[in-house]
Amino acid sequence: METLNAFAPELIRMIIAVIGAAVLVFGNALVMGYMERKLAGHFQRRTGPMEVGFHGILQLIVDGIKLMAKQLVIPAKADKPLYMLAPIISFAPVFLPLLVIPFSDRIQGFDLDVALLFMLAIASVNVFAVLIGGWASNNKYSMFGAFRAVAQSIAYEIPMLLSLLAIVFMTNTFSLRGIMDAQNVWFIFLQPVAFLIYLVSMVAETNRAPFDLPEAESELTAGFHTEYSGMAFSLFMMAEYTNMFIASCIATVFFLGGTSGIPLPYFEYTGIIWFLLKAYMFMFFLVWIRWTFPRTRFDQLMNLCWKYLLPFSLVNLLITVVVVKL
Amino acid sequence: MNVDVFEDERQHHFVLNMGPQHPSTHGVLRVLLKMDGEYVLDPQPVLGYVHRCHERIGEFKPAKAFMPNVARMDYLGALIYNQGYAMLLERAAGIEVPRRAEYIRVITSELNRIQSHLLWYGAYLLDLGAFTPIMYTFDDREHILDALEDVCGSRLTYCYSRVGGVCKDIDDKFIERVRAFIERLRGRFPMYEELVNGNVIVQRRMQNVGEYTPELCARFGVTGPLLRSAGVEYDIRKAEPYSVYPEFDFEIPLAQKGDAWAAFNVRFREMEQSLRIIEQALDKLPDGEVMAPKVPRKLKLPQGDYNCSVEAPRGELSYYLVSDGSDIPYRIKVRTPSYSNLSVVPEVCKGMMIADVVTCMGALDLVIPEIDR
Repeated sequence: METLNAFAPELIRMIIAVIGAAVLVFGNALVMGYMERKLAGHFQRRTGPMEVGFHGILQLIVDGIKLMAKQLVIPAKADKPLYMLAPIISFAPVFLPLLVIPFSDRIQGFDLDVALLFMLAIASVNVFAVLIGGWASNNKYSMFGAFRAVAQSIAYEIPMLLSLLAIVFMTNTFSLRGIMDAQNVWFIFLQPVAFLIYLVSMVAETNRAPFDLPEAESELTAGFHTEYSGMAFSLFMMAEYTNMFIASCIATVFFLGGTSGIPLPYFEYTGIIWFLLKAYMFMFFLVWIRWTFPRTRFDQLMNLCWKYLLPFSLVNLLITVVVVKL
Repeated sequence: MNVDVFEDERQHHFVLNMGPQHPSTHGVLRVLLKMDGEYVLDPQPVLGYVHRCHERIGEFKPAKAFMPNVARMDYLGALIYNQGYAMLLERAAGIEVPRRAEYIRVITSELNRIQSHLLWYGAYLLDLGAFTPIMYTFDDREHILDALEDVCGSRLTYCYSRVGGVCKDIDDKFIERVRAFIERLRGRFPMYEELVNGNVIVQRRMQNVGEYTPELCARFGVTGPLLRSAGVEYDIRKAEPYSVYPEFDFEIPLAQKGDAWAAFNVRFREMEQSLRIIEQALDKLPDGEVMAPKVPRKLKLPQGDYNCSVEAPRGELSYYLVSDGSDIPYRIKVRTPSYSNLSVVPEVCKGMMIADVVTCMGALDLVIPEIDR
């Protein structure tokens, strides 16, 4: 993989990159699925999965087989084509952002010069999937979840982008590699406000607790995926986990210096190890708050965005621009 | 159930059917919500999904044999229901209960109350979307269930009280266990307070949701922690003292505002008071028999009607029994607290967001089998 940039023809490179992204998507879903259940278990003073394999390490594979074997129940008056399309729309685009993330100095699909815009554009496709899925299910709870998802995603994309834009102004590039390389000092120290805003928006964008209102279990049973079963449901889940991973990668690249870290002795893959460590630290954070906090109410969530995050990110952007110009 | 979707000419409103299978109705309660977007215009509870005709059954068998039925009305307060029913029959038949039995009844009832509140505490936070607290409260609750299992023989639907006392004496092991549990739970309260009660999301979710006034409570017959959270000092244990409660020193936790947050705090502080009662009862526990010496096998109640009220975890529980002089009651009526407490929902939850309806109903601490009986 390391000599890829220099020698391989573009086509082979592309194929390898896509396969790599696919492996990453499924690998991440397995790791995260296991990690979430195990961590949730330990947060709650129980052990989590223990039966299948050593400390339940094979549990997710068994679950995967079960989900694949399950019958796909389509509700009686559902809009069938749309109902089946929604999980695919949700899952299909998640490969793309992974192609532009610089996992190390050499491992990167494409160094796109508008990588940030590309990633955010792809990430917002997920809203369509949730909306279509919620609408086509012909279930009032699903529809509620879909409504909420749209309002929430649209609201939180703005502070998210504005907080990242502050860094783009500092580095003068949209390319993730450019941003990563520009960090002599990690941007978390130069842009702490932007980091906090991004962190909150990240939780809301990935629909995770305490902002998991589209699937608020105690109010909406399961929100937009109430009617989905088997593989359709697991596609939604895998899309969620991958979106979490992508959001964590963006945070790593923008605020924690990406691959930079203390060089590990006798090992040339220092970069990717640091990168994944940082990314999974964010994932751990997401799991941690999910199992600690209760859910906010919908109007509180919206108020948080429009009344606090948005003005603060605008002011932060303004200050950044002024400082950069000086 | 006068919900007509088409009465609104703009047809913006629709009916959301919450339950009978819904994660936050805790059983088979069904609530029809007439919605305008996120807002609930008209919530209507629909009852009767677990109606088992307990009161009717009571008219067909000897009064003594009705004891297991009352435990199945409120599966979280079975011992208190037992105690109340036993007291009713003792009152009717004029049977004197040994003091040791009264003390044991109080100890087990208060344990039962704590157990009920612990379960509510976890389940309520589950309603708000916090998954973890219920695991911790279940951990604590397990100690009570284990201790009670040893003396009562069952873990949930106890049948421990008998007419004239209790069926089995408690031993030193039980006392030791309960003392250890008191220590343990007291040590856990600061943790709960810090992690849950102090959490800003918890507070924002509960504050100003579903405000009760004393007038509203009086109108609907709301009792228990909800009434006390509205600032009314009414607890049957103090208002109409029964059993040996006057011998103990305890307070009635009160709050003023009557919202979900007030109810939450009142219930939380009630657990501490229950611990105090248990501690004092264990210290003062007299020796002696646990059954009255002469309880007739066939208990014939004198003609007349009898009433007995006790403080159940959810409010005032009262039994009303009409006897025609035989051993089979002519009529039994049970006034269960959740039924009246639920009846405020259409009034209080009007105009709320759906998330607040869940918060509000969670604060009622509903036990559905008790509503339907």
